[in-house]
Amino acid sequence: MYEILAVKELAPKIKWFEVYAPHIAKKAKPGQFIILIINERGERIPLTIAGYDREKGIVSFAFNEVGKTTKQLGLLKEGDRIWNIAGPLGNPSEIRKFGKVLCVAAGVMIAPMLLQIKALREAGNEITAVIGARRRDLLFFVEDIKALSHRFYVATDDGSEGHKGLGFLKEIVAKEKFDRCIVMGPVPTLQAVSEITRPYGIPTIVSLMPLMVDGMGMCGVCRVLVGGKMKFACVDGPEFDGHLVDYEELIRRQRMFIVEERLSALLWEMGGLKYG
Amino acid sequence: MAEITPKGSREKIKKKAVPIPKQPPEVRIKNFNEVALGYTEEQAREEAERCLQCKEPQCIKGCPVGIDIPAFIKCIREGNFEEGIRKIKEKNSLPAICGRVCPQEDQCQKYCVLGKVGDPVSIGRLERFLADWERARGFNIPEKAPSTGRRVAVIGSGPSGLTLAADLAKLGHEVVVFELLHLPGGVLTYGIPEFRLPKEIVKAEVGYIQKLGVEFRFGYVIGRTFTIHELLTDEGFDAVFIGTGAGPPMFMGIPGETLCGVYSANEFLIRVNLMKSYLFPGWDTPIKVGDKVAVIGAGNVAMDAARCALRLGAKEVHIVYRRSRSEMPAREEEIMNAEEEGVIFDVLTLPVAYYGDEKGWVRKMECIRMQLTEPDESGRRRPVPIPNSNFIADIDTVIVAIGRRPNPLIQQTTPGLKVNDDGTIVVDENMRTSIEGVYAGGDIVTGEATVISAMGAGRKAAKSIHEYLLKRGKNKSS
Repeated sequence: MYEILAVKELAPKIKWFEVYAPHIAKKAKPGQFIILIINERGERIPLTIAGYDREKGIVSFAFNEVGKTTKQLGLLKEGDRIWNIAGPLGNPSEIRKFGKVLCVAAGVMIAPMLLQIKALREAGNEITAVIGARRRDLLFFVEDIKALSHRFYVATDDGSEGHKGLGFLKEIVAKEKFDRCIVMGPVPTLQAVSEITRPYGIPTIVSLMPLMVDGMGMCGVCRVLVGGKMKFACVDGPEFDGHLVDYEELIRRQRMFIVEERLSALLWEMGGLKYG
Repeated sequence: MAEITPKGSREKIKKKAVPIPKQPPEVRIKNFNEVALGYTEEQAREEAERCLQCKEPQCIKGCPVGIDIPAFIKCIREGNFEEGIRKIKEKNSLPAICGRVCPQEDQCQKYCVLGKVGDPVSIGRLERFLADWERARGFNIPEKAPSTGRRVAVIGSGPSGLTLAADLAKLGHEVVVFELLHLPGGVLTYGIPEFRLPKEIVKAEVGYIQKLGVEFRFGYVIGRTFTIHELLTDEGFDAVFIGTGAGPPMFMGIPGETLCGVYSANEFLIRVNLMKSYLFPGWDTPIKVGDKVAVIGAGNVAMDAARCALRLGAKEVHIVYRRSRSEMPAREEEIMNAEEEGVIFDVLTLPVAYYGDEKGWVRKMECIRMQLTEPDESGRRRPVPIPNSNFIADIDTVIVAIGRRPNPLIQQTTPGLKVNDDGTIVVDENMRTSIEGVYAGGDIVTGEATVISAMGAGRKAAKSIHEYLLKRGKNKSS
């Protein structure tokens, strides 16, 4: 059992948890993830590590309340416990001095991007950060990321804050000579940014979090085509060359259980109403 | 031919084994309950009576953990079940599991003298009977040796790790088992289906090992959470056993294997067995099985997957296998169970591609017919494609069960650990790896094999580790 030490609401339906797991905190690195299961009947869900405090034994992660498990998680409070957490899983990000790094994050993945930017900044990189969300009220960590970046941009799908959409990036990428680009967010964002950097040959790293069960390469549900080769996101990734990922396939595979996922969330919500 | 008679008896031997009651096929394909129901006391005693109590028992030769088989059978005959289970547990800490999943026909029962004139004694069923008898009453915890103050880390809670943990705990060592998943048992939990090995039984046998004082930690990924080196230094363990088993599923590398509806057998079985998807939405992990399922491969895992698919409501389940029936690697009993339940066998058939619909779901598969060559020098008949024999079949679920590679993480994160080209770990005859104090056994050493051979390896490694710790203890104190 893993105790939740702190809960923050980053934005509507986006929560930040700090959990006591000293053995994971001791080893966690940017780019890695955990898999948690909230109770015996629960599903195993992967979440990117968004922070750690080795001394206090704390691991942090953020999640979006979209499915049954994340909605159930969202009800947990400080002092509540999560049944089991496995980690750290996956390969850590490559962190070194690249030069000029473009960091683009959208939605809940803004949370682990802050950790990534801290590490890249410490390694001596010049950071251009872009954070995006559907609407203005869904943005978070704006000041934290701004403070760590040399250049900073905001984008929203509806234009309620900053640029409307990611189209403006084309100009920036055309003007600046970036040495590396890191993208974290929903698959369409990964794909869009990879297409923007492709013509300029900027090495672009995308962080993939497809469906997973065991998280150690045993089930293979997280398989993705990268450069035409089958890779397992959990053990070969989760970061891959954004210019080589087959995004259409990835999106289709992510929707594999969408009907069941909706049914599960709906039944749970109905039960929740009935039983208070 | 001279008739063999049981010692001290004038009766003729009984050639036929007492059959084990089973759920009828038409009933069992609608549930996940255990297929074989187990002997009653009367049936067990009747079957035990068949044993000849040979002076030089051959059956023991076939047991990877060396159980004194005639002795426990004699106890059943005499109705002394408590002594019977004690006899088994001298050598085997997981009898309810072995009684169910060991391939006895290739081991103890293969050597049974009665097998020459009729059915061999049903040793596995008798072992199961005693184990179930004991579990229903509550376990007797054997006396443990006094604490040695030595600590052993076990990586993986599958059959090899559990056996080793129990043996070492009884010898007085402190044992901690590290498991990646949220439940113990390894393949016993995530791989073998409920209808062959109920998870309550795994839980109970693991409970017995916990009562011996073994500690389990779940969610620990050795290689990431701790390295082997850290276990031996910072974490203060005196020895480490690697029992991480088989891991990544193999795919054939043909077009369409990433389509939705194509599972590795591992994924399929993990969803069904570990995550209990057959109880979705009561349990949270879903699974989708269509009307027409193709299982690629013909090993025990393929049979398990095919039988799970039937129980999940598939109308037609096919085993697609490139060789012929007689080369199928699955146990005969499992092939027969699958046949009885209505699984269709498409032998001498090899898939070459899968095709999907516009939403990316598998809808068709292309196969080619195969034929077997004349035996080569090694006596093996190779399957080769028959030219222009390609055909297309409608299918909406594919389960690829063509094997797994060893789990690679520890090999990758342990400098100095000698590894074979196929990724298995190199050990000597005492299960020692190339690093002092580090041992390995089970599928991670042999490649995919059986539960009982992994248990045999665990037992051997336990003996070896015990000797190492004693020696080390002396050196330390001197």
